[in-house]
Amino acid sequence: MDDPVSLSALQHFVFCPRQCALIHVEGVWADNSQTARGHQTHERAHGGGTEVRDGVRTLRALPLVSRQHGLAGVADVVELLPDGSPRPVEYKSGKAKPRLADEVQLCAQALCLEEMFGADIPEGFIYHVASRGRREVAFTLELRGAVLDARDGVRALLRGGVLPAPAADDRCRLCSLYDECEPFAPRDFPAGYDPFSTRMDGGS
Amino acid sequence: MRTLLNTLYVQTQGSYLRLENDNVRVDVEGARVAMLPLHHLDGVVVFGNVLISPYLIQRLGREHKPVTWLTESGRFTARTETPMSGNVLLRVAQHAASGDPARTLAVARYIAAGKLQNQKAALLRSARDAAEADQPILREAARDVNGQIGCLPLAGTVDEVRGIEGTAARAYFGAFSHTLRVNRDFFWLGERTRRPARDPINAVLNYAYTLLAGDCAGACQQVGLDPQVGFLHALRPGRASLALDLMEELRAVIADRAVITLINRSQLTPRDFILHAGGSVTISEDGRRTLIKHLQERKQETVKHSLTGRDTPLGLIAHVQARLLAQHLRGDRPHYPPYLHR
Repeated sequence: MDDPVSLSALQHFVFCPRQCALIHVEGVWADNSQTARGHQTHERAHGGGTEVRDGVRTLRALPLVSRQHGLAGVADVVELLPDGSPRPVEYKSGKAKPRLADEVQLCAQALCLEEMFGADIPEGFIYHVASRGRREVAFTLELRGAVLDARDGVRALLRGGVLPAPAADDRCRLCSLYDECEPFAPRDFPAGYDPFSTRMDGGS
Repeated sequence: MRTLLNTLYVQTQGSYLRLENDNVRVDVEGARVAMLPLHHLDGVVVFGNVLISPYLIQRLGREHKPVTWLTESGRFTARTETPMSGNVLLRVAQHAASGDPARTLAVARYIAAGKLQNQKAALLRSARDAAEADQPILREAARDVNGQIGCLPLAGTVDEVRGIEGTAARAYFGAFSHTLRVNRDFFWLGERTRRPARDPINAVLNYAYTLLAGDCAGACQQVGLDPQVGFLHALRPGRASLALDLMEELRAVIADRAVITLINRSQLTPRDFILHAGGSVTISEDGRRTLIKHLQERKQETVKHSLTGRDTPLGLIAHVQARLLAQHLRGDRPHYPPYLHR
């Protein structure tokens, strides 16, 4: 059986397959101001232990696994409703990302929780730290399918295929791996770059 | 964003390094001589009898900051392997390429081209600063190196590439002492001699190359390449062939330039060398310290990278090149682009 796919890899994959391959296959990591804020956000979400308020128990940094779907990771926050049914809450420091990356990550948490708690989970929440807003995400069949597609995509990457091509679009501005990826740099030699040049003026 | 951090070099014999909060504390004879925040360091290099506490070794390992042990005279003995060392898929691709004569030849030719371009540029640059009598000799050598660049595309085997490189090296080092403006009766260079060096220039060049090779091996390790599997350098047990390959493009730019500058500024003088009976020469501890300090400062200087066009600290070029080579080996780039210094 394949190793479980990590929930963070799913999120990276949906955002950009190349970013996912750089981090999880090539072992590249780089921090920028956004990832640094993300670490702080998660540290805050993971601190504090368990608390009960209005009959809702809040679990933090809960290890998750789904044998059925081959997923594993850690949930920032899981709320247990008075009837014991879990709802995942993912903390995000930034704004909502394009391409449902955070929604897929959240839904993957729900798939794990459904298996671990034997419950049906119709929805979860994404909490945006900056706006202090919580938005509901419904776990539709379509979103559940997207989780499994992303899982298969991550597995294909880990099996060692070629690095996917750069996205080279709006996403790249948000990406901490811009320097390692070089999405807009030419893949082949650009004009004026000639290692075999025999010019004698110091240029090449 | 990878930033250039400092490498901590410790060559005072008997010093002790340990972790104190998030700092490296350096003690000599029981007294604190330095306190360096860990997040300013990208690695630690120690020479000879220097102790490091297990907690510090482990912390550096967890943060993927290698510890390198050299002998007191600067020969490599060991480097820590960290959890991020080595990407197995990249290594498999590297080994496959190294077993494919056509791919090996292509990479070797580009590495040699980078080396020769940078030797040519260094000679032309020295010619601009040289005394009038030396200028024609340096230009002539640059033309000879350039002639060998013209031969590279025709080379059909890696052995031919090595031959071309050797011919260029003879022209380059034949003119090397003409780049010097002071102490020329003392600083002379016969042929390249390694162990032992037979003249002061070889002694200091060998030392500079050892430090640079360590940086290049570290760069291979950081991007997950196997430092021992090279393309231009023959595979030989115990030799970091790929680190030596990566170093080729940087020898003239970093090491040779440092030696020329330090001698011309009289920061390295005959007093920094020990002439042994029998004709071998070594560089003194003070001389080594001068060289290390200069190289550390030089690594902070930014250059515009010839391929990416980005301002990059000179000390990160080895890392960038290792990354570009990894991209080529994993099929992300059709060719390996060598670093061409302007």
